This record gives sequence, structure tokens and C-alpha cells, in this order.
Amino acid sequence: MSVEIKTTNIEPLRQTFDHIEVRIGKGKAATRYQEAVHDFQATQNFHYRPTWDPAFDLFDIRRTRIRLDDFDQLIDPRQYYYAPYTLQRARQQEAQDNNFGLIEKRKLFEAITPEWQDRIEHLVLPLRHAEWGANTNNCYISAYGYGAPFTSAALMQAMDRLGIAQYLTRIALALEGGQQMLDRIKVAWLDHPDWQPMRHLMEDAMVTKDWFELHLIQNFLLDGAVFPFAYVHVDQLISAQAGIGYGLATEFMRDWYAESIRWTDAALKVVVKFSDENRALLNSWVMAWEPRVREALAPLANAAFGANAAAITEAIFAELSARRVKLGLAE
Amino acid sequence: MSVANDATHNKVFISFQNNEEARPIIESILEDNPGAVVSEMPAMIKIDVPYLLVVRRSTIEEKIGRNFDLQSMHINLISLAGNIEESEDEFILAWGPSGHSA
Amino acid sequence: MAQPKLSLKEKYQLMTRGLDWETTYQPMDKVFPYDKYEGIKIKNWDKWEDPFRLTMEAYWKYQAEKERKLYAILDSFSQNNGQLNLSDARYMTAIKLWLQGITPLEYYAHRGFAHVGRQFRGAGARVACQMQALDELRHAQTQMHAFSHYNKHFGGFHQANHLRDRAWYLSIPKSFFEDAMGAGPFEFVTSISFAFEYVLTNLLFMPFVSGAAYNGDIATTTFGFSAQSDESRHMTLGIEVVKFVLEQHEDNVPIMQRYIDKWFWRGYRLLALVGTMMDYMLPRKVMSWAEAWGIYWEENGFALFNDLSRYGIRMPKYHEVATKEKMHITHQAWSVFYTACPATGFHTWLPQPYEMDWLSDKYGETFDRFYRPRFELFGQMEKAGNRFFTNRLPLVCQTCQVPDFFTEVDNPMKQSVRHYQWKGMKFNFCSDGCKDIFVNEPEKFCQAYIPPQQIYQGNAGGARTLPEYAAWLRCPMGSEAGDYYSSDDYQNWLKWHGGKDTTPSTAAA
Repeated sequence: MSVEIKTTNIEPLRQTFDHIEVRIGKGKAATRYQEAVHDFQATQNFHYRPTWDPAFDLFDIRRTRIRLDDFDQLIDPRQYYYAPYTLQRARQQEAQDNNFGLIEKRKLFEAITPEWQDRIEHLVLPLRHAEWGANTNNCYISAYGYGAPFTSAALMQAMDRLGIAQYLTRIALALEGGQQMLDRIKVAWLDHPDWQPMRHLMEDAMVTKDWFELHLIQNFLLDGAVFPFAYVHVDQLISAQAGIGYGLATEFMRDWYAESIRWTDAALKVVVKFSDENRALLNSWVMAWEPRVREALAPLANAAFGANAAAITEAIFAELSARRVKLGLAE
Repeated sequence: MSVANDATHNKVFISFQNNEEARPIIESILEDNPGAVVSEMPAMIKIDVPYLLVVRRSTIEEKIGRNFDLQSMHINLISLAGNIEESEDEFILAWGPSGHSA
Repeated sequence: MAQPKLSLKEKYQLMTRGLDWETTYQPMDKVFPYDKYEGIKIKNWDKWEDPFRLTMEAYWKYQAEKERKLYAILDSFSQNNGQLNLSDARYMTAIKLWLQGITPLEYYAHRGFAHVGRQFRGAGARVACQMQALDELRHAQTQMHAFSHYNKHFGGFHQANHLRDRAWYLSIPKSFFEDAMGAGPFEFVTSISFAFEYVLTNLLFMPFVSGAAYNGDIATTTFGFSAQSDESRHMTLGIEVVKFVLEQHEDNVPIMQRYIDKWFWRGYRLLALVGTMMDYMLPRKVMSWAEAWGIYWEENGFALFNDLSRYGIRMPKYHEVATKEKMHITHQAWSVFYTACPATGFHTWLPQPYEMDWLSDKYGETFDRFYRPRFELFGQMEKAGNRFFTNRLPLVCQTCQVPDFFTEVDNPMKQSVRHYQWKGMKFNFCSDGCKDIFVNEPEKFCQAYIPPQQIYQGNAGGARTLPEYAAWLRCPMGSEAGDYYSSDDYQNWLKWHGGKDTTPSTAAA
């Protein structure tokens, strides 16, 4: 059929869905991010209590102790819905893949002496298991959290952690004897005294029921210590000895961390700002968990930096403290 | 109850969007699976084969004259049925325990 | 430092397996509290065969490529007012139902797979579930974006979110998924990955989406086929879960058989809506529900169960009933929607003469004897200015929540109703299949939030009558509900086409 179209005839009846209009105002065009996240999660008239946890509804605000009048306020400043998320990660993975290609082609890891290879193996690579723990924890937040904006971003965070675990695996495989090294790394994670406080903390986090508390533990406190430690300070140390190849192999982690804390902090900020009760609760969680994070980092910092360990650790935790203050939390 | 256990009731299938990228894949499948039956529906193509269907990287590469990663097949894949065995060189769909040897 | 080149399988194993560990500071049963209570016995999670060996790098790469293509088409669709190229605006009813009823399921699936992606002890199974959780988020979001343009030009979309938790007919999909999500992790993956995705979703995504293409809906075609390419991964997860569990322990076989029986029937009942979309809401026809059932269930489904018979799994209970009903259910469902449309978020109509002929062609004597006369009677009432609407909400089944329009398998003149007394309460069902499901889990299914009952108890904003209920749903006649030919959608469609009625006169393009 041929149709004569006069554009004046097809004025839209509305700009967006009712549930978005309520949030942004009538007659305004919504962004794709807004339409992708808001109010997706059902809130009422649930049919059956879950057999795995019958004390709660399928989606239930009582699974955390923080209170908000609208959990959809926990939006992602990066505005990630699936498409921009995968497009961004695809760009990063292409760059990172090129880095690994360069390392292989130019044999850049051959500059790493056995001694420094051992240090990489001991100080950094067991983090592939910690990343799996971070994947587990963020998957928990995504499953039991409340409101699509936050829980969808938590799943992306979980998948990112799997990706980082796989990049750490790739580093091992690119080193001499990488496959056997993976077995040794797991033994270190399970048994080496330097890694036990970290694993202990991770396992305690994995049984933490409050999903927002878990966000604070994993994405704020633990990452806030581990990423600057492993991918800035240790990275500098290793790169100084092992040439530029090593730094190319960990580039994704640095870029990723700088990006992810925007999301981490934005959520904390909204929660703190909402009420003094929330602020007090978050402060109490920091009080309870931050010492554990310090304890977990201490043996690794000693192993890496010896006499300088205390200074570097203080620098890392000072950064974390400054972030807290900016968010309205106690120093 | 008895279920017919003949070729009609042991078909594996794979279907693709009907587009340029999928064409060499579809052609390769038809070449590598003599029993294949094609049905065309709007915007899609479905290929049925009794018991076993194989997608071969080498056949596709011959057709396109360059390297092909079998995993990129997913971009234009719509659906499939059958147990999957996947390697760099072959993607196999099969029914039955003996289905794993092409 | 020459490393031997790793195969895809070896590489994937190193990348994923071994990341997990046996916890010792906390007991494993506390870290994974939910994967034992169903009685499924797993001796060795390492026997899990990864269905697809996608690393995150490969996942990002290929998924980004899909998204790039998809959004390029969606952009051009809305920039060019793609809705004008539809075969007919009646078609929009199918897409309204999709946004109201199916898109929320994608979101539930996202959360459900995040749940099992957290809870399974085995790393391989968890990664597969997590990827699916992310894919399902993709499907929910791409559907919202594809339909966003339709929302600007048609009724029935803007309040979909409001309807999701409130409309009587949407408690069919809602209760379906809440049942699955509230079940144990193994039942969840069996219900969704296996029974629903492997056995049944091809019926939706292949013939219906192909029908969308045939009716000029480029937006739905694009996201539909793109989603189904993820679905092929999910289906493979479904079959892997079933085989893995069956191989782990013989005690698992009867449990899995019960899950398969239950979820085949639950899924089949849900798909009555999809069958109706195919037979009645596509102005140009591709394939009838009965034909699709023949291909995707009787051929492909049988092949699957032939394959599973070596594990001691038999065909799902009542599959013969489903096959016998294939000649009836879509006509019965459309009759209900036709008459009950004032309390819905979509429009309905009587089939046009060319459609009646097509239905006769596809359904033969069944249609001509039982359903054509009904539609002809409705047609006479329309002509007399007395379009038939029901003034009350239908009785719905306690299990599937579909209005009980089903008839006895061997007697299409007799309504199929089953009853069951439990703890002094009487419950109604549409079928033996649904009754069995209740009898197996009465504590669960007695909780169901049955909308017609809730409405009459005043839990729908105090609505007492059907018009009050429709107002509470934000679905007034004309703009949102009622007959298509007295709808705003139809008037707008005429206006956009210079007053010309584009209703096709044949089933073919």
C-alpha cells in the first residue's frame, strides 16, 4: 500500500509511560535509561511466599535495614542499561585484548624475572578468587535487593567481577607455567597465612544477609582497599621491575575501578542523605567492617612493601576516609 | 504412552535470521548435511535434519574467504534443538547418546 | 615461554572452574543455604558440562554487536514512524499484551536467575545462570525500548506498569513466574530453562515473531529474533541442568519428572495467550497455533523426550490433552477476550470474513461446528447495535488463573471444571493438570492472589462493578479498552492513512 504521510497528522499522544511521567513530569521525553530501569520490579499483590524464605515476600524492603521512601532513587550515574553497558565493556575488552596480544607478540612478559613472577603470583593473582567472591556478593545484591535501578547495576557489577577474575587468569596463563600456577594460586588462597584474613572476611561477607550492608562491605570498603593496593601501589612496584608489559595487563582493572566507584558512592550518598537513621546505620557498619578490611590487607602490604607497608596502607585508608566524608559519613 | 521414535520425531534444528551474514553459514550447513530440509518463514530460515546436524568452520571459511569464529554465529542465530557439542572447528547438534561423532 | 594452545573447552574451564572454593570460615551450607531442601542430590558439581563456553570477554563482544544492530534499527523505526507500515492497527493488541504480560516475565527471569546464579554450589552452573540473568535484563529493557515508540501513538501501553500487578488477565503470567521464582533453585531452572524455554518458547519467538515481520512490525521482529539468539543459550542451559541432575543420582528422577509434569502444564496453559495472539491478532497470518504446536511440540518436543527416555524420563503428564486441545483453545480464549475486553488494556474484534475462512481452513470442522456459529451470532448482535460484553469477571482456575473457558477433551460442549476440598475450602480448577499441581502443593497454591475474588472483596480500589474496576485499571472504553472499531486507535489509524481503512482482505501479504 502506498501512504501519503503528513507529519502534522502523527503528533505523539504522549512522550513516555505513565510510571516514568510521574517521575520526570508530564510532556517530557524520557531517556532510554529511565525507561529501562524504573518501576520494573513488582511491588504488590504477590501470589506466593518463596519456599526458600517464607518470612519474606518475593521482593521485600525488609531484606535491608536501610529505609528509603523510594528505592528507585538508587540510580546509576553512569546510566547503564544493558546496551551502553555491553558497548562500553566491549570497547574496553577490545583494548585489553590488544594489550594481551601485544604482550604475547612482543614477548613483554619475558622481561619478568622468576623472582618477580613469584611476587605477582603471590601478591596479585590470588585475587581471582576474591573476584569470584565479589561476583557472589554482587549477585546476592542483584537477587535480593529492592528496586530495578540498583539491582540491575549490581548484576553488571557481578559480571564485571567475573570478567576481572578471568583477566587475572589470563595473566597467569601468559606467564611461564601458568596452568600449574593456577593450582598454586588456589592453594595460596586457601592456605597461605597472608591470604587467610582476606578469605575469612570474604566468607563472612558471603553470609551477610543485609544486601545494602553487603554493598558497603564489598564495593566500598573491600574494593576501596584492594583496588588501590593491587592495581596502583603493587602495580607500580612490579612495573618498576618488570617493564611495561605488566601494567598493560592490568589496565582494565584500573579503568573499571575508577568507573565503578561512581556507582558505589552514588548509592551510599542517596541513602545517607535520606535520614539520620540511615547515616548512623552506615557508620556502624563501617565501624564493624573497616577494621576487618585493614586486617585483611595488612599481611599483603607487609609482603609487598616491608618497611613502607604502614605508610602505603595509611594512604589507601585515608583515601577511603576522604570518600566517606564526601558522602556525609563519619571519617 | 508410546512416542513415535522415527526420523520425524528425532529431528534437530537450527534457525537463523534471513540476512547477508547468515547466508554463508546456511549454505555451509546445507552442504555439510545432505539430509537437511530448509523451511523459509518471513525473516527467518529453519533447517531440520534427522538426528544430527554439523556446522563446520572450514566450510564457512571457504565460502567467505577469511577466518570465521564459530561463536560469532550467535549474532544471527534464532533458535536450535538438540544436544550441543561445541569446539573451535565444529558446532554439532544431535539427539541420542551416540550423537557425538559426526 | 611457549604455552600449548588451549582448546575452547580447556580455556573455558581454566577461566571459570576453580574460581570457587570450599569455604571453611563459614560452613558451605550457610553460604549456599537453598540448594538442598528440594531433596535433589548432587554428588559432584564438577560433572557439570558448560552449555556454552563464553568468557565474559566473548560475551561482551558478541552481545555488544547484537545491541548495536538492534538499536540502530529501533532508532530508524521511530524516526520514520514505522508504526505506519503495520498491516493493520488491530495487530497492536498483540503487542500491548506483550508489554503488559510478557515483558514483566523477562524482568522476573532476570531476578530469578540472579537468585539461582547466587545459590548453586557449582561455579559452572552459576556462571551460566548469571549470564542468563543479564540476558533477561536485556530482553526486558529492549522490549521496553522497542515498544516505547508504540506507546507514543497507541493506547494500552502507557499504563502497562500499573496493569502488571492489578489486571485480572495479567495474574496468569504473574502467578506463573512467582510460582517458579518462589520454588527451590532446581525447580526454578527446570521450570524456566527447560519446560518453558526449551520446550515451549520456540512457539512464541519463532512463528509469532516471524508473524510480526509479516505484519510490518520491524521493532518486534528485531528484538524478538535478537532475544531468541540468547534464548538458544538458555535452552541449552535448560537441557544441561536436567541431564546433569538426572545423572547425579537416581533419586532425582522422580523429583525431576514431577517438575517436568508440572511445568509443562503450567507453561502450556500460559501459552494459550500466545496461541490467541497468533490465530486472532495477526491480521496477516503465518502459521496457526495448531500447526506451530505440531512442529514445535509434536516433532521437536517428542524428539527431546525420546532423547531423555534413556534417563528414565517419560513424556510430561497430560501432553495428549494438550495436543487434543490444540484445535480449540485459541478460539475459546478469543471468545473470552472478545466479551471481557471492557475490563482489559486492549481492544478486541470479531474476525473478518477472510479470517473466518482462514480459521476454517486451518481448523476445519472444529472451527466451523463450534466456533464459527458463536462468532456469527456475535456479528449479528454487533449489526443490531448490541455488541456483546460480559458484565462480570470470569471464574478463574486456582492454579493457572486462566478464566475457565476450557472444555472437556472429548466433549467440546461441556465446560471442564474440577474441584478440590482442602482445609475446609473449596477450590476450582480448569483441568486435571491444574488440579494435580494444587494437590501436590496445597500450602503454596492456596495463597494465590485471585483477582476476581479480590475485586469482589473490595481490594481493587473499592470497585464493585466492572466499569469501576476498569476505571481503577486506568482503562476506559475507547482509548484503552472495548471494541477495536470504536477505539481511538482505529480513529487515529484512519486519520494517519487519509481516512482509508487498511484492514486486509486476505491472510497473505
